[in-house]
Amino acid sequence: MALETKIMSRSDADAVTSGFDRDWVDIGVIHEIPVRGARCVRTPQGRIAVFRTADDQVFAIEDRCPHKAGPLSQGIVHGTSVTCPLHNMVFSLETGQAQGADEGEVRTIPIRNRDGRLSIAVDKLSLLVAAE
Amino acid sequence: MKQKLVIIGNGMAPGRMLEELFEQAPGLYDVVIFNAEPRVNYDRIMLSPVLSGEKLYEDIVIHGDDWYARHGVTLHKGAKVTGIDRAAKTVTSASGVTESYDKLVIATGSLPFIIPVPGHTLPGVLAYRDLDDVEKMLDATKRGGRAIVIGAGLLGLEAAYGLKRQGMDVTVIHIMPTIMERQLDPPAAYLLEKALNDRGIEIITKANTKRIVGEDKVEGIELEDGRVIEGTIVVMAVGIRPAAQLAKDAGVVTNRGIVVDDGMMTSDGSIYALGECAEHRGVCYGLVAPLYESAKTLADRLIGGASEYRGSVVNTKLKVTGINLFSAGDFAEGEDREEIVLRDATAGVYKRLVLRDNRIVGAVLYGETADGAWFFDMIKRGTDISEMRDTLIFGQAYQGGSPLDPTAAVAALPDDAEICGCNGVCKSKIVGTITAKGLTSLDDVRAHTKASASCGSCTGLVEQLMVLTLGDSYNPAAVQPMCTCTELGHDDVRRLIVAKGLKTIPAVMQELEWKTSCGCAKCRPALNYYLVCDWPDEYADDYQSRFINERVHANIQKDGTYSVVPRMWGGVTNAGELRAIADVVDKFEIPMVKVTGGQRIDLLGIHKEDLPAVWADLGKAGFVSGQAYAKGLRTVKTCVGTDWCRFGTQDSTGLGIRLEKFMWGSWTPAKLKLAVSGCPRNCAEATCKDIGVICVDSGYEIHFAGAAGLDIKGTEVLGLVATEEEALEHIVALAQMYREQGRYLERIYKWAKRVGLDEIRRQIMGDAEKRKGYFDRFVFSQKFAQVDPWSERVSGKDKHEFKPMAVVGMAEAAE
Repeated sequence: MALETKIMSRSDADAVTSGFDRDWVDIGVIHEIPVRGARCVRTPQGRIAVFRTADDQVFAIEDRCPHKAGPLSQGIVHGTSVTCPLHNMVFSLETGQAQGADEGEVRTIPIRNRDGRLSIAVDKLSLLVAAE
Repeated sequence: MKQKLVIIGNGMAPGRMLEELFEQAPGLYDVVIFNAEPRVNYDRIMLSPVLSGEKLYEDIVIHGDDWYARHGVTLHKGAKVTGIDRAAKTVTSASGVTESYDKLVIATGSLPFIIPVPGHTLPGVLAYRDLDDVEKMLDATKRGGRAIVIGAGLLGLEAAYGLKRQGMDVTVIHIMPTIMERQLDPPAAYLLEKALNDRGIEIITKANTKRIVGEDKVEGIELEDGRVIEGTIVVMAVGIRPAAQLAKDAGVVTNRGIVVDDGMMTSDGSIYALGECAEHRGVCYGLVAPLYESAKTLADRLIGGASEYRGSVVNTKLKVTGINLFSAGDFAEGEDREEIVLRDATAGVYKRLVLRDNRIVGAVLYGETADGAWFFDMIKRGTDISEMRDTLIFGQAYQGGSPLDPTAAVAALPDDAEICGCNGVCKSKIVGTITAKGLTSLDDVRAHTKASASCGSCTGLVEQLMVLTLGDSYNPAAVQPMCTCTELGHDDVRRLIVAKGLKTIPAVMQELEWKTSCGCAKCRPALNYYLVCDWPDEYADDYQSRFINERVHANIQKDGTYSVVPRMWGGVTNAGELRAIADVVDKFEIPMVKVTGGQRIDLLGIHKEDLPAVWADLGKAGFVSGQAYAKGLRTVKTCVGTDWCRFGTQDSTGLGIRLEKFMWGSWTPAKLKLAVSGCPRNCAEATCKDIGVICVDSGYEIHFAGAAGLDIKGTEVLGLVATEEEALEHIVALAQMYREQGRYLERIYKWAKRVGLDEIRRQIMGDAEKRKGYFDRFVFSQKFAQVDPWSERVSGKDKHEFKPMAVVGMAEAAE
C-alpha cells in the first residue's frame, strides 16, 4: 500500500525566523530552479545550494558534503532529501542531518519564499566563514 | 525395433506424461505429437496472469523447442488431427500428415461451451481456453470500452479480473444466485463478490442471457428481463465439454468424454485417453492436479507397469491478486453433516469446514488460506478429527500447543502431505531433493521437483520448507526489491511498465504503489532508463532523475570539477582534432590531459561553468560528446586491421567506426564498451569487452559478456557470421535484447549469466525473426537518442545547470 505523503507549505518560512534582525538577500525566483533540482548561489563564504522539491518547497544548505566535500547541489533530489553525487550519502534538506546509517550534518541556511521570490538570510552566511 | 507412440494434443497432461516416461524409460518409444495449436507446451493455468499482464507467454512455456529436440520428439505444430484409422493404426492431420502408431494417446482436451443464443457467432464473442483467446482479448483491451463476461466460475472471474487490469470496464453475468457456486458456499461467494466489486468489477447474478446484440460485431447483450448491457466484447466462460468427437468418430467408446479404465485405456487396447477429454469412473476432470495424477499412471502403463488411477479429490484456488480463496471437497449441506464456521468481518476472514462422521469432507477458506494444505490433506486421508474438534477451525498452528509460526506449521505436516497440488509433490520429495541435490534457490526447487512450478500458489509453503531444510542460509525474499521505495524487483517493475503501459515516473509510482512520494536516488534513475528504453518516442527523459554526469554530460571528479571526453570514432583521430584539443586545453587552462583505456583523450579538471564554452570550441572542430559518463554506448576500441597490419584479416577499424556511428547515443542498463580486433592476436582486447569482435578469415566471430573491472572474465562466443553487414545486425540485436531485459546498472555479463548464454544464442543466432525484431526496435529508438548533448547545450539547453542562480556579496560577478 502506498504511503500518504504529507505535503507541507513553506510559503511562510520567515515565520520561523521572525524576531531576529536579519538581512534577507534576494536570489531570484523559484521558477529558475528545476523541480526536484537545485541551483547554486555564490557568496564570499562559499557556495550555497538552493533546492526546490516536487511540491515546490525550497531549502538552502551549504553546497558541501561533510564527508568528502561533494557538491550537494549536483545530487538527485527526492522528497525533502538529496543524495550526494560523490558517495551517495543522503541528507535531509530540512535539518541538514545525514540519513540512514550515515553520520554527519550540513549547515542549513534560512530561506523564504514570497510569491515565488526567494531570499536567503545573509547574517547566517557570515557564520560560514570559519568553516572555509 | 522401437515402438512408436503417437500423441494427439500437446497440452499439460501429455507433457507431464512424457516427462514421467522420459525419466523412467528414456528412449523406449519414438514419440510423435500432433498439436492443433501452432506452438509448444505451455502452462494453461497461467493464462490469467498473462491476460492481466502479470506474466508473459515466454514465462509460461513448459517445454521449449529444445526440450522436444533433446528427447527426439517429432512435434507437428498447427496440425489438427482429423481421423484415426484403428484398423490400419494410423492418424491423419488436416495438414496431410499421416503417422502410424503402436500406441496412441488421445489428449484432445476440451472445448469451451458457447451458449447458442442469437448473435453467438458475431465477431467479438470469445471463449477463454487458449493463448489465441487471450491474444484476442488483449487486442480488444487496446480499443477499450466494456467487456461482458458470461459465467462467474473460476475462469470467468479470472478473465474479468485480467480484463479489468488491462483497463476495460467489466460486467460479469451469472445465471446462478451466487458466484462460483461449485466451489463456494454463499457466504464466501458474497465476500468474493464484494472484493471483486471493490476492484471495479460489476457482477450481475440470476441473469440469463437472451441474445447478443450487434450488427456485424458485438455491441452488447440483452438479458431475459429486458436489460441491455453495452459492451465491445463478450467472453463466454460457462463451462467446457470434453473434446471426444475424434475418438467417437473412430468408434472408440465415449460417453461425455472418452471412457477410460483405471489404466487410462480406452475400449481399444492400443489407444489411451488422457486429460480433459477423458472420462474416468464417470468423472471428467478440468483441473490440473487430477490430470497430472492420471498422467503418471499412464506413463507407468506405457512402460509395462500396472499402476492404477483411482480418481482425485480436487481443490481450487482463485488466481486473482490480493484475494485469498481456497476450496476443497464437498460442502453441500446434508442430514448427516455438521459444520464449523469462523467469521471475522473486520479481517475479512471466513472459514467453513464440513464434517461427516468426525471427518472433514469439505473446506472453504476465504481471506486466510494458509491452512488449506493441512485441511486438504485431512480430507484426502479421512483423518478422524474428534480429538481436536474444538480448535480445528483455528488451523494447524493451534493444535498441540505448537507456536503460531508458519514454518512450525509446515514442520508439523506429515512427510507425505501434499504441498503442490498441481504437480502432486509431497513434503518429503521436496525436502529430500533439497538435501540430496544441495538446492538453494526456489528456481532450483521448481526445476528439480516441479513443486510451485505451475500455478505458484504453494510458493509460500515451498519457501517455508526451504527455510526448514536450509535454515538461515535460505532467504525467502528471493526477489531483491529495487530499493526501499518498493517491494518489487527490477524484473517485475520492467514487466509491469510494459504490461500496464506506464509512461511516466509518477504513473509507475502510483500504479505500483511506491512507498515514497517521489522515489530515491536508486529507483529514479532506474525507472527513467526503463521508460526511455520501453517508450523511446513517447517518454520525455526526466533530467532530474539522472545522475549528475548524465545531466551535464561530463564526469564529476572528486573536487567537483568535471572531465570531458570528446568522441573519437573507433579511436581514430587526426591533426586537426588534436590541434583543437590542444587549443582548448590552453584556453581553459585544463590541468590534465590523459589517454583512456578506451582509446580516447580525457580532459580533466574543467570547472562546471566552463563546460558549455569547452564544448563549443570542441564542437567547431567536429567533436561530439564521447559519452564517457553514460550508462549507454561508450567506446568502440579497434586495431588497425587490414588497412595497415600485416596480420589483419578484415577491416576492423572500419567495422568499429561503423558500429560506433550506428550505436552512439543509445542508453543501456549499464555502460557498454565494445572492441573489434582484426585477427585472433586480438590487439583491441576484444575478449574482455561487453561486446567484442574477433575478425577471422572466414568472417566475424562475435563475443560478449566479458568483464575487466571489479570482475575479470573472458568473453563468451555468440557465434560466427560471414559479412560485416551480419556482424552489425547481430551485435545491434544483442545490445537491444540486453537493453530490454537488463536490470539498471547490471552489466551485460551479469545479465547474460542470469538469462543464460544458450537462450541469448538461441534468440540472436538461431531465431532470425527475433533478431530482426530487436534490430528494428533499436533502430527506432535511435531516432530519438542520437542527438549530440553537447551541441544542444551549446545552443542554450539547460543553461541553468551551468550558471549560479545568484552571486551574493562579491565585488565582481561571475559573468
